[in-house]
Amino acid sequence: MALSGGGPHESRALADLAAQGRPRLVHDRRSSRRELVRSVVIAVASSVVFFGVLGWIIVNSSGWPEVRQAFLDERIFWSSLPATLAGFVTNIQLFAIAEVLILVLGLLLAVMRSLPGPAFFPLRFLATLYVDVFRALPGVLVIFMLGFGIPGLAIAGLPVDPFPYAVLTLTLLYSAYVSEVYRAGIESVHPSQEAAARSLGLNRFQALRYVIVPQAIRRVIPPLLNDFIGLQKDTVLVSFLGVVEIFRTAQITNAATFNFTPYLDVALVFIVITIPLARLTDWLVERERRGRASGGLR
Amino acid sequence: MTATGTAALEIDGLRKSFGSLEVLRGIDLTVAEHEVVCLIGASGSGKSTLLRCVNLLEPIDAGRIVVEGVDITGHGVDVDRVRRRIGIVFQAFNLFPHMSVLGNVTLAPRKVLGQSRTDAERDADVLLERFGLADKRHDFPDRLSGGQQQRVAIVRALAMRPDLLLLDEVTSALDPELVAEVLDVIRELAQSGMTMLIATHEMGFARDIASRIAFLDAGLVLEEGPPAEILTEPREPRTRQFLQRVIQAGRL
Repeated sequence: MALSGGGPHESRALADLAAQGRPRLVHDRRSSRRELVRSVVIAVASSVVFFGVLGWIIVNSSGWPEVRQAFLDERIFWSSLPATLAGFVTNIQLFAIAEVLILVLGLLLAVMRSLPGPAFFPLRFLATLYVDVFRALPGVLVIFMLGFGIPGLAIAGLPVDPFPYAVLTLTLLYSAYVSEVYRAGIESVHPSQEAAARSLGLNRFQALRYVIVPQAIRRVIPPLLNDFIGLQKDTVLVSFLGVVEIFRTAQITNAATFNFTPYLDVALVFIVITIPLARLTDWLVERERRGRASGGLR
Repeated sequence: MTATGTAALEIDGLRKSFGSLEVLRGIDLTVAEHEVVCLIGASGSGKSTLLRCVNLLEPIDAGRIVVEGVDITGHGVDVDRVRRRIGIVFQAFNLFPHMSVLGNVTLAPRKVLGQSRTDAERDADVLLERFGLADKRHDFPDRLSGGQQQRVAIVRALAMRPDLLLLDEVTSALDPELVAEVLDVIRELAQSGMTMLIATHEMGFARDIASRIAFLDAGLVLEEGPPAEILTEPREPRTRQFLQRVIQAGRL
């Protein structure tokens, strides 16, 4: 959106936010100033009314004292925090290992699907089938079926510990999504780049490896980060396999105290971890957008 | 009238369609070694498609393309091997934006010819020096002017030491004041004996540099000959009409 000169950006952005949903008309500067003040006043007033009423309804509901005691117990909040954080270390391990594997497997699948020509049909078919299947299945289902199914085979040498199965199932699930992100990136690189690479004598694979994929990865970093945020949160799903991670830890504390406040600890940990990552993603998207706007012919 | 010696490029009855649109309708054209042939003609007359076909970037429908006596359109041809010997420079430069100038120029020599980085960079530096780009070796394409980018693209093609260089309207995307620096580079290449097939709208340049000019009209070579003949006394009414428009536009 182009800002039409004049007026500090913040107040303009605030006015936009406050005035959103109204038809935008062409107007001169004086009336736009008056409109700005009016919009801000209305936005503040309606917010006070809305949140005031909502709060009043909650606090005056018949179940409020019980809910406050069960979910918002300050003493339990602080006492369960160390165990919760200790449990989160496992989530970080899950996330860190799975993420690396996902980036590799996802790229592999995307490249397999991008190979042209009839000779590569089997690879394309396999990759497409994989992505279709794992994107279709609910995550919990995959975690249950593979996480219990594979060790259930009792093949000698397979680990008994649930952790490797947790990593495996998360990797299988997220690789399907991530490969689609990569593929969109590969397809966004203009065909003239491949033409230039091939015209120099690079073969198909070399053109992908040195010219297309490096550019594609740069473009998909923001959407990839978005998937990382999803993965970070979905690490709690493997608690069903018996991995003692943050959610499982909270469940244990909950069982011991008959209080749900430990889940609030978990919620806050994820908020604290995720919001900076979300801002980083926004910043990268913005930088990419500006880079492209000024970059000219690409 | 033309340079003697073996034909660097021989095109026989080349046909190419995109869907129901027949872009090339039986092109016959020969370029001798060390010869510079300019293709002129209106937009859509098939100049770019012809060049892309010669570089095997477009599959052809019928006809034959022979480079240095070898049919490159036959079955079982190693297209990558053919492309090493034929360089092409595009209208929109098509530099690799994620690589420095040096990276752009040395990629193919290193990965295709298997040169070491040191050798490839030494050769690249010689070429960059020759075309006045020595101080840009570490810059990325988006830091360069259009003229500089196009010169880098030419150097990138030359780094593979091609036998034949194809230039596809290489000055059409440039600001007028940047055209000269690119044309000077091509002039120098012509003087050094590089065999070139050039699609261009720069008639004055074509007159100076071309051994022969071929006028393309609706997918056919309507007329070809030395620049003096084609540009001053064309036989075909279509050629005359085209040149008339060019003169009116002040480009000759």
